[in-house]
Amino acid sequence: MITASWEHFQHAADIGVRGCGRSLAEAFEQAALALTAVVVEPERVAEREMITLSATAPDVELLLTEWLNALIYEMATRRMLFARFRVELQGLELQGRAWGEPIDIARHQPAVEIKGATYTELHVGQNEDGSWHAQCVVDV
Amino acid sequence: MEFRPAATESPFIWQIEPRGRMRVPAIVYADQALIEAMDSKVFEQLSNVATLPGIQQGAYAMPDAHWGYGFPIGGVAAFDPEEGGVVSGGGVGFDISCGVRTLHTGLTLEQLRPHQKALADLLASIIPAGLGSRGSIKLTHREMDRMLSGGAAWAVRQGYGCEADLARTEEHGCMAGANPSDVSEKAKERQRHEMGTLGSGNHYLEVQLVARVYDAAAAAAFDLREGGTVVSIHCGSRGLGHQIGTDYLKLMATKAGEHGIWLPDRELACAPIESGLGRAYLGAMCAGINCALANRQILTHLARRVFDDALPGTQLTLLYDVSHNTCKRETHSIDGRPKQLFVHRKGATRALGPGHPDLPAGLRDVGQPVIIGGSMGTESYILTGTKESENLAFSSSCHGAGRAMSRRQASKSWQGRKVIDELERRGILIRSPSLRGVAEEAPGAYKDVSRVVDAADHAGLSRKVARLEPLICVKG
Repeated sequence: MITASWEHFQHAADIGVRGCGRSLAEAFEQAALALTAVVVEPERVAEREMITLSATAPDVELLLTEWLNALIYEMATRRMLFARFRVELQGLELQGRAWGEPIDIARHQPAVEIKGATYTELHVGQNEDGSWHAQCVVDV
Repeated sequence: MEFRPAATESPFIWQIEPRGRMRVPAIVYADQALIEAMDSKVFEQLSNVATLPGIQQGAYAMPDAHWGYGFPIGGVAAFDPEEGGVVSGGGVGFDISCGVRTLHTGLTLEQLRPHQKALADLLASIIPAGLGSRGSIKLTHREMDRMLSGGAAWAVRQGYGCEADLARTEEHGCMAGANPSDVSEKAKERQRHEMGTLGSGNHYLEVQLVARVYDAAAAAAFDLREGGTVVSIHCGSRGLGHQIGTDYLKLMATKAGEHGIWLPDRELACAPIESGLGRAYLGAMCAGINCALANRQILTHLARRVFDDALPGTQLTLLYDVSHNTCKRETHSIDGRPKQLFVHRKGATRALGPGHPDLPAGLRDVGQPVIIGGSMGTESYILTGTKESENLAFSSSCHGAGRAMSRRQASKSWQGRKVIDELERRGILIRSPSLRGVAEEAPGAYKDVSRVVDAADHAGLSRKVARLEPLICVKG
């Protein structure tokens, strides 16, 4: 059975984020969780506030980097961390929601700040079992 | 395709001859051990850079090169706008004008040691570091644009330093060609609370001991003496630079087809220098350089306040400020003819040799200080530019150690608290808001910076002047 999951993969200087899911939207949600986990264990982040965001791009791979970059921007400017994500896709139009809370440096112990999502190891696609994956390296 | 470089007559130069779409050779400066350990992605990326339009002479990799984004980190490439040359966001990187500056304290180790702990605590409380920290300076829209045009010179006008600091900063503290209107509102918004912040990752403020001098004459010119102490600050253009990198990477990737540029890797996104997008990126990137210069200038001011509190009367004077993620217009000789080129240095330091007209009077005879940061708890180095580096790699040298291990592997291998305790036993005080951050930056997660510096010295890219050892390290 396919279950939603995320993981990190290795890159010499930085870190790769990978999300898997039953749908493309779910893979994007999981990739976002992997993004949070670069900074902090997602379990440490409380779901106190919800924000909405949107993204669009000429293809589905660039849409992943747009989605992650939109989250990186919100994390930086709102000084928030996010623990849960909801993605709705209509073609190459993404509507997202993210639940989280303001950064508490002492409690969250954020490991590192993320500069941006890159096109390195950027892949989005469907696996043979019908599940989806979405991944790229992020610069920290 | 296999991209392994071949040995040459010099044991420190390795070369891939042009083939396929490569317009120039790919050249790597390294010793045998470094080249064997180097990620093969470096050779592939360097060969890709060699295919870009207008590239001159060669695509170069420094001894600390590793797998980057489009360009390898530790990559140098120069392009001629008159031959369709390009500018690439990936060739500069997300952290535009990330760099290091080193300041003399005028204090010996004996004078500093009794105050080491008080200094560490005070620096940690005054220097905003790590994710979620904020600077105390909030810029209005108008002041933001002035900062982006003025760089460190703007910061000095605001009272964060003195005129003498500018003489010891590349571009005299102000990068020409900056155009704040080419910087997106999002980038400016991301910077709103981040002036005078250190950031995280491998960025730091360190108090260091001058542990060893290798070249007495150059060290004297740089005012470095064994047993003396310095402050080094490593950081970049903060959120603004990261957002400029993000914005223009997307624009360059989506418009490459329109410009008729064939990209072997989407991350290598670029635009002709002589195009609307190319000019806009250069205007924004130069503004990013100014942001980094202003940021390091404000952090200098904060460090001066701390030293004046802890050790009244201490004067921190700037040795030099170098950037290692830039693209700059410079004159270089190609086949005996001077040309105006756009030189990308991604994780590489400009290293001007003796006699270069851009150097200030006190440094002109000896060459530009090249500051190579180590990792937390390990040594750093000061080198000096050489004349031969002009022919080797457009006057460039290495920039740091480079990671040997991923962050995840590091955080599994070490515990932050243990790393801090172990370093404290060795007389090195670490101050960081994040224990996980410390574990990910553990000294063992980085390559041996000494080996990289020796290779740069042997290859002639720059000459070793002094080794610095950390006493205090403030990390994000």
